[in-house]
Amino acid sequence: MSEGNMNLTLKVWRQKNAKVNGSLETYQVNGISEDMSFLEMFDVLNERLVSEEKEPIAFDHDCREGICGACSMYINGRPHGPLEAVTTCQLHMRSFKDGDTIVVEPWRATAFPVVKDLVVDRAAFDRIIAAGGYVSVNTGNAQDGNAIPIPKEEADKAFAAAACIGCGACVAACKNASAMLFVSAKVSQLALLPQGQPEREERAIKMVAQMDAEGFGNCTNTGACAIECPKEISLENIARLNREYLGSSIASTVA
Amino acid sequence: MSEKINAKIPEGSISEKWTKYRSTVPLVNPANKRSIEIIVVGTGLAGAAAAATLAEMGYKVKAFCFQDSPRRAHSIAAQGGINAAKNYQNDGDSVYRLFYDTIKGGDYRAREANVHRLAEVSGNIIDQCVAQGVPFAREYGGLLSNRSFGGTQVQRTFYAAGQTGQQLLLGAYSGLERQVGIGTVTMYSRHEMLEVVVIDGKARGIIARNLITGAIERHFGHAVLLCTGGYGNVFYLSTNAMGSNVTAAWKAHKQGAYFGNPCFTQIHPTCIPVSGDHQSKLTLMSESLRNDGRIWVPKQKDDKRAANDIPEEERDYYLERRYPAFGNLVPRDIASRAAKERCDAGYGVGTSKMAVYLDYAYAIERYGKIEANKRGLHNASKEEIIVMGKAVVKEKYGNLFDMYKQITGEDPYEVPMRIYPAVHYTMGGLWVDYNLMTNVPGLYALGEANFSDHGANRLGASALMQGLADGYFVIPYTIGAYLSGEIRTKAIPTDHPAFVEAENKVKERINKFLTIKGKQSPESFHKRLGKIMWDKCGMARNAQGLTEAIEEIRALKKEFWSDLRVMGDADEFNPELDKAGRVADFIELGELMCLDALNRNESCGGHFREEYQTEEGEAMRDDENYMYVAAWEYEGDSQWTLNKEPLIYENIKIAQRSYK
Ligand SMILES: Cc1cc2nc3c(=O)[nH]c(=O)nc-3n(C[C@H](O)[C@H](O)[C@H](O)COP(=O)(O)OP(=O)(O)OC[C@H]3O[C@@H](n4cnc5c(N)ncnc54)[C@H](O)[C@@H]3O)c2cc1C
Ligand code: SF4
Ligand code: FES
Repeated sequence: MSEGNMNLTLKVWRQKNAKVNGSLETYQVNGISEDMSFLEMFDVLNERLVSEEKEPIAFDHDCREGICGACSMYINGRPHGPLEAVTTCQLHMRSFKDGDTIVVEPWRATAFPVVKDLVVDRAAFDRIIAAGGYVSVNTGNAQDGNAIPIPKEEADKAFAAAACIGCGACVAACKNASAMLFVSAKVSQLALLPQGQPEREERAIKMVAQMDAEGFGNCTNTGACAIECPKEISLENIARLNREYLGSSIASTVA
Repeated sequence: MSEKINAKIPEGSISEKWTKYRSTVPLVNPANKRSIEIIVVGTGLAGAAAAATLAEMGYKVKAFCFQDSPRRAHSIAAQGGINAAKNYQNDGDSVYRLFYDTIKGGDYRAREANVHRLAEVSGNIIDQCVAQGVPFAREYGGLLSNRSFGGTQVQRTFYAAGQTGQQLLLGAYSGLERQVGIGTVTMYSRHEMLEVVVIDGKARGIIARNLITGAIERHFGHAVLLCTGGYGNVFYLSTNAMGSNVTAAWKAHKQGAYFGNPCFTQIHPTCIPVSGDHQSKLTLMSESLRNDGRIWVPKQKDDKRAANDIPEEERDYYLERRYPAFGNLVPRDIASRAAKERCDAGYGVGTSKMAVYLDYAYAIERYGKIEANKRGLHNASKEEIIVMGKAVVKEKYGNLFDMYKQITGEDPYEVPMRIYPAVHYTMGGLWVDYNLMTNVPGLYALGEANFSDHGANRLGASALMQGLADGYFVIPYTIGAYLSGEIRTKAIPTDHPAFVEAENKVKERINKFLTIKGKQSPESFHKRLGKIMWDKCGMARNAQGLTEAIEEIRALKKEFWSDLRVMGDADEFNPELDKAGRVADFIELGELMCLDALNRNESCGGHFREEYQTEEGEAMRDDENYMYVAAWEYEGDSQWTLNKEPLIYENIKIAQRSYK
């Protein structure tokens, strides 16, 4: 049933659960077509494993359109693989060559424990949002949508920051496993909009405190996160977060 | 007519029903709310909006989703936009017009009262989202921007580039997480609901599997809200996310909830065509692209030339030709069938010949000229115009174009996209009354999971509207009608025999999956089911094919239960096991869909029965015999009773739908 003519060697991280150690296992996959997505190549391998009565490889995925943020493979030492601005699910086999060896691992970070094989637990991101990544507006309290005009440029900037899909590649890319790019994207989106102003200071403080509590590392400005981010979230956001945070922590000590 | 069905539509004129009802529906006082628990299954637009709002109101909420985070619900993938009757463009829009367009678009198979309410609250949704910080597209003056979608002649669609669903969901998710932070919502991610618990005829809880540990859990609720999305993945290939499934709705159905119009499926005209057998899903190219793109095929059969080498006069812009009034913006069902018609007749393009072109060359040039004028460049060269035009198109649709390029390896700024219809949305779903309650008291269905607002065909940008309407602005009021009678009900301990029995049922089934130890994977069964459904219950259906399909599905079901192979164990993270359960339910649903399609001897909206068409190949409704909602009641393995809810149109004149 082979559809293509690429033959590849895969080295894939296998780990039964969070309590045991894992290791890389080698698989030979043949007859791969360059039109397949990287995850479809895994589908092919998994179907074969099932037919050999072996356990398929667990990996996270859902939309396969680059928007849900579920997929999360660390491919040849890079989160989401060799291309820039592309998630694992949107990576296609035409980006590889026949005969390649590909090493696939899960995100590595203390705050993202492995669940199984390539699947990690990213609930820490939800808790950071729960700490302050919102505008406190109950349903029914809103005024007309056009009541506050927002200059297009500001709206566009807020949108660019809001494009973060919460995948965690920034953490996986960072040698300190810092979550600054993720946190700064949400803080920036809301800091750039009038709706976000009332809670602006508090938001930055609370989200950063939760980020620290989750065990993410410090940001040392290496910039690896922005290079690997599939949604091209810019480092400017981190600079903005630093200003927000500094501004607000000074304000709160003075108060 | 069935006495069993009571849609509970309030009295009064259409424009007053909702306001009057809303102000007379019984309330639950704040102290009582604190002791009432509500289970919300699903955290897409419908579920996240409902969970957050009910918690704000003071109820105790437990929310569930199977993804690792509520933010990843399938709503995140919606691209094009959300409708609202704001009339910001001053182009004659109104609540009535949105109501009318939706009923007509649905080919007169939706309930008037629900649709009118939807149109009424549509404006509030936009306000709410803006207040949450949803970064909608804006004009230079700082005001909200709109575009048009199919089946309408006004611009009422609000959007955030091609990521509208993402931005709306992140808004609802932030509201949800805020309540999680406050402690009014307990969130259960990576949990799959596998049974509804019914006690004395009322829904009182659920059984869920913790997908990480495999533990089977019991959860009590005074009411249970299913916001679990659509079932398009019954076709295997669809634009839905891989995990989207019918399991929650199906369990409810088997516990007595009627399934409404299961065969009403939307096939979306503009998707990236299948490239091979490995294909795991299909990718939508948003309907918003039809705003500016033109659809065509060569006039000559089996034309082997590259698209750009085919001269203008040898191109057939078949939608513009057949439907001059709406052109490329006809509703989805019509656009899909027209594409199929051209391809079946031998005019298809690409290697598979099962594709048509969606061309942006004109739009690029047109936008380039506008931009040149804006900048006062009256002598701009053609090249300069193209460069400027590409920039405008990039801003509007950039992420979609990038996605196309990534998947096909072709650059849509240079060559026309190849597209073909694909399964996209299910108008059918759990039958609900005006309160969004199923016929099982205390069991509700919101969003795509219910059947309610779109009739036989949904208009673009109306699913997001409906999900948020249901969650933010409908359920918070209508649930009072039931819960006000439940304030004396104490939380039922989960050692109640009904919980024990439901849990045992779930465990037995899981055990069965793991012990068949046959040869075929859940995936392989899913693929085979999908092929039967697409071939015989897809874009065109006929009695013979549907009858065959029912037989084939029954045979597949037998094979499934005797030759399934599920690797791994019950007490661990096991996606194969999750998949097995979902495929088992899809198989049963597939049979009911074919039965429903066979019963409906007419063509309407997305349901096209080849036997019932006009000479021009348009759908032919039979209002005399089929102007009803088919509400199927489960009576045991492969057995159903049909209940009918008659549809009464008091405000809209029924007409043959025409977009010519
Ligand atoms: C590619 C694409 C683009 C679209 N674009 C648009 C658009 O531009 N405009 C528009 O109006 N509509 C669009 N739609 C349709 C629209 O996105 C959906 O109809 C809508 O988002 C459904 O929302 P929902 O809240 O009902 O369900 P979903 O968002 O599907 O959420 C379902 C939730 O239920 C949970 N769930 C399901 N089963 C279980 C279970 N058994 N146990 C626990 N949890 C469960 C899931 O985890 C998830 O949280 C698009 C659809 C697709 C596929
Ligand atoms: S900032 Fe980028 S890499 Fe980090 S979570 Fe968001 S999208 Fe992923
Ligand atoms: S699977 Fe959704 S982003 Fe990759």
